[in-house]
Amino acid sequence: MAAKTVLNYIERKSFVHDLTGVTKLAFFLLFTFASMLTYDTRVLLGLLIISCLAFRFSHIKFKEVRFMMVFMLVFLLMNNIFIYLFNPDQGTAVYGTRHVLFHFFWRYDVTAEQLFYMFNVSLKYFVSLPIAILFISATNPSEFAASLNRIGVSYRVGYSVSIALRYIPDIQRDYHNISQAQQARGVELGKKVKLWTRLKNVVTILMPLILSSLARIDVISNAMELRGFGKDKKKRTWYMARPQKRNDWLVIGFGVLLLVLSAVITFWDGDRFFNPFV
Amino acid sequence: MKNNSVRNVVAIGIGAALFFVLGRFVAIPSGIPNTNISLQYAILGMLAAMYGPVAGALIGFIGHTLIDLSWGGSPWWSWVIASTIVGALVGLVSKRLNISEGEFGKSQIILYNVANVVANAIAWIIVAPGLDILIYAEPANKVFAQGAMAAVANILTACIIGTLLLLAYTKTIAKKGSLDQE
Amino acid sequence: MSEPIISFKNFGFQYRAQKRPTLYDINLDIYPGERVLIAGPSGSGKSTIGNCLNGLIPFSYTGECTGSLTVDGVDAPKSSIFEMSRHVGTVLQDPDGQFIGLTVAEDIAFALENDCVPQDEMRETVRKVAEMVGITERMEYAPHELSGGQKQRVSLGGVMVDQVKILLFDEPLANLDPATGKQAIELIDDIQKRTDTTVVIIEHRLEDVLWKNVDRIILVSEGRIAADLKPDDLLSTSLLTEHGIREPLYLTALKYAGVEITPEKKPAHVDTVVLDESDKQKVRDWFTSAPPVPAKPERPVLLEVKDVTFGYNPETVTLHDISFQIREGEMLSIVGRNGAGKSTMSKLICGFEPLTQGKVYFKGKDVTNDTIRERAAHIGYVMQNPNQMISKTMIFDEVALGVRNQGLSEAEIREKVEESLKICGLYPFRNWPISALSFGQKKRVTIASVLVMGPELIILDEPTAGQDFKHYTEIMEFLRSLNDQGVTVVMITHDMHLMLEYTPRALVFNNGRLVCDEASSVVLCNPDLVKEAALKETSLFTLANRCGITPPEAFVDRFIDADREVRDNGR
Repeated sequence: MAAKTVLNYIERKSFVHDLTGVTKLAFFLLFTFASMLTYDTRVLLGLLIISCLAFRFSHIKFKEVRFMMVFMLVFLLMNNIFIYLFNPDQGTAVYGTRHVLFHFFWRYDVTAEQLFYMFNVSLKYFVSLPIAILFISATNPSEFAASLNRIGVSYRVGYSVSIALRYIPDIQRDYHNISQAQQARGVELGKKVKLWTRLKNVVTILMPLILSSLARIDVISNAMELRGFGKDKKKRTWYMARPQKRNDWLVIGFGVLLLVLSAVITFWDGDRFFNPFV
Repeated sequence: MKNNSVRNVVAIGIGAALFFVLGRFVAIPSGIPNTNISLQYAILGMLAAMYGPVAGALIGFIGHTLIDLSWGGSPWWSWVIASTIVGALVGLVSKRLNISEGEFGKSQIILYNVANVVANAIAWIIVAPGLDILIYAEPANKVFAQGAMAAVANILTACIIGTLLLLAYTKTIAKKGSLDQE
Repeated sequence: MSEPIISFKNFGFQYRAQKRPTLYDINLDIYPGERVLIAGPSGSGKSTIGNCLNGLIPFSYTGECTGSLTVDGVDAPKSSIFEMSRHVGTVLQDPDGQFIGLTVAEDIAFALENDCVPQDEMRETVRKVAEMVGITERMEYAPHELSGGQKQRVSLGGVMVDQVKILLFDEPLANLDPATGKQAIELIDDIQKRTDTTVVIIEHRLEDVLWKNVDRIILVSEGRIAADLKPDDLLSTSLLTEHGIREPLYLTALKYAGVEITPEKKPAHVDTVVLDESDKQKVRDWFTSAPPVPAKPERPVLLEVKDVTFGYNPETVTLHDISFQIREGEMLSIVGRNGAGKSTMSKLICGFEPLTQGKVYFKGKDVTNDTIRERAAHIGYVMQNPNQMISKTMIFDEVALGVRNQGLSEAEIREKVEESLKICGLYPFRNWPISALSFGQKKRVTIASVLVMGPELIILDEPTAGQDFKHYTEIMEFLRSLNDQGVTVVMITHDMHLMLEYTPRALVFNNGRLVCDEASSVVLCNPDLVKEAALKETSLFTLANRCGITPPEAFVDRFIDADREVRDNGR
């Protein structure tokens, strides 16, 4: 349970859940790269529609992932404010023209280009949001390691990821217990204590956490070796791996197509941006 | 040791888990409003110095990716890559530091701190903003300001807390090799 | 007789980092299908023997082997860890360290995955093994959703997929509650019978392992084999006590009563030990010969917990409607299975978690809303694992940490720290680095670092977990001396001996409720309660019944008093 909640996996019966972890990982990566590559508003809107449709197919309800959405929206808002504060004419720099809508104060005009630019930035982030949430919520963490191995990552690295997921809850609990016991000895980390004391107190809490984690590394590596981990240099099989079916190949193919298409449409006219101002 | 490869796999996993827990759940106010000390970079510096560049890079990469994923967004790759580079660069000096022998004298402290300053400076002032401009076409002054803030904060955490941690850690192993149990 | 499956010949081992060998001149043959218990105090070398069998020595812990060791036809020191894992399956002491997979099924499959076994075959094997260890209902569960006993079943399953001929258990009882420990021994017995493997158990808790038959007990002491005998033979000697292993309580009681133990009496089990009428009469006479112990006067109430209901989140309630009192100068146990609410209760007493419902009074004053720090001035908390509490490198600094944060002058700090170190017998070591201390000494450091805050009450989580009898006695006698100096001591424990011997009173938790608040001897003589709360009856109860002594708890009390006296005079 706890291991699943690290990444908020939600078990369900759906088209998306039926796809293998490999497919979801590959599609997620392809889709993210497509959205990072392009700045073409038309392409971004197209990707957004696909992203939202995929979310519909997963049968995951909005309210189950609301906290993630809210977090990202707050983040986007902050980011936009910062962009505007730092450079109210970034839009002009990108699109080459300047249509002032109204004036704030000092150097802060509001231009159509800036608004359009910020709309595009937000869109760019927002496009991959449903796909990312989907990837996390509809992929069984047990499939992660196998999937990474399948797309060409060494199985050792894949297993490191699995170990991280396995022990995050344990380490979290250790941290909690250690910090409570240290607080009873007057070790505080809040705003009330001076910064230097706070830093020293941090060390006081981290030290036992790190020492017990290092001891844990020894126990786990012994246990793994006793059960033959690393016996075969190149490969191992995976209990949780699932065979690729027709739908999996179709989805991956679709992902590749999206990446190619968005690249083609974006760079057709030699410009990464879609420019409505000229 | 013969079983270094298994030990490294585990160290990367546990290291990433530590990075995740400290980065995701532990908020220590830094004194500047709304900013917290990113303790994970102290751990990253320490573990990279102990386990080398590959482990350092992977701890940074896996840990940071998992944090971003757990917040629910797509990983912010430019910053994930920056964390990876910090781990890799600090890890480069691990052979010369030789922490596992329990030594952390003045010259090693200097080396460790220089490595962290350089690694964090490259990662947050060059790599992260550079990628942000490339991928997201964000205003240069914004991303460089953000990068510089991150660099300063992470350098301070990695150097101060990381050094204190390593000093304490090396003292605990200093006695080994001479055990005479009754 | 057939060929031995394990054969040590003049075998010795020295760790690279140590000056002297850990094992000397071991000669030991173990035959296929045997069940062997390797017992010995900590540091005796018993775990080293185990690590030689599974290949951790010399391939993970380097050092020098002398003599020869053949395991299942393999020359072990010249083989490899992977080769050895095909012959010897090891269940480690720490179930969380051994549980590597994200779910039960994946963990059982781990060794098969490493062997590149195709998936269909793997699923079939995993299913069979899961059935054998009885965990089929929970294949999809993550480790955090399992109890200690279930995790151990998974660990056992995980090594059985290799169809090993030898199963090695390294202190299988260390992390389990008493009832689960009993089931673990039953499971090992059952698996051995069904698969006809050779079983080697390393454990110092002899009485608990002897719940089921073992063929031989190897007693290890200071790196040598001190005895290699059948249980009945070994128990008839005084070798166990001489080498710091606790003998079963019923045998100690019989000895006190003047009953002579011989192999013919078959002393290995309390149910089957042969007692004729004259033996029973001796026990009864010994029981009635005791002078009555005067009841202690009641002291004022120190801590009162009233109507506490608590949950970590609104949906799940961890504790229901708990009320109890602790009086000044008491020493008491909190017992119950893992997850029954014991630790949560102690966290609430220390103020680690904010109370949602109910009150906590200390010396009559309502402290419900006091902060962690304010409570810490009265109530100290000592974690189970000292390594999770220690954050300084020098003993003095570690103990001083708590008072340094109170903003006292350096002289006052020194005075308080030194006083605390003296109480804990650590004063001569005050300038030592902590890394040079043994586990038990570290435990004392953590207790000293809590005592320095001047608490009237200290709560200890499993103070003796993983300790052999000698260290157990050391720690407990120390706590008792603290108690004599006026500190009230509360312990969370799985150790029924500890509860009986040191704490006259026990609070029993089950499913988040306080199900019993009684004398320890009464608790352990109540079969229904014992079953409900996953405790373990004391063998003294069985002995009292067999001798027709009522009430049995009076017999238990009589034993504890006598034992106390023997030990006090023995020192």
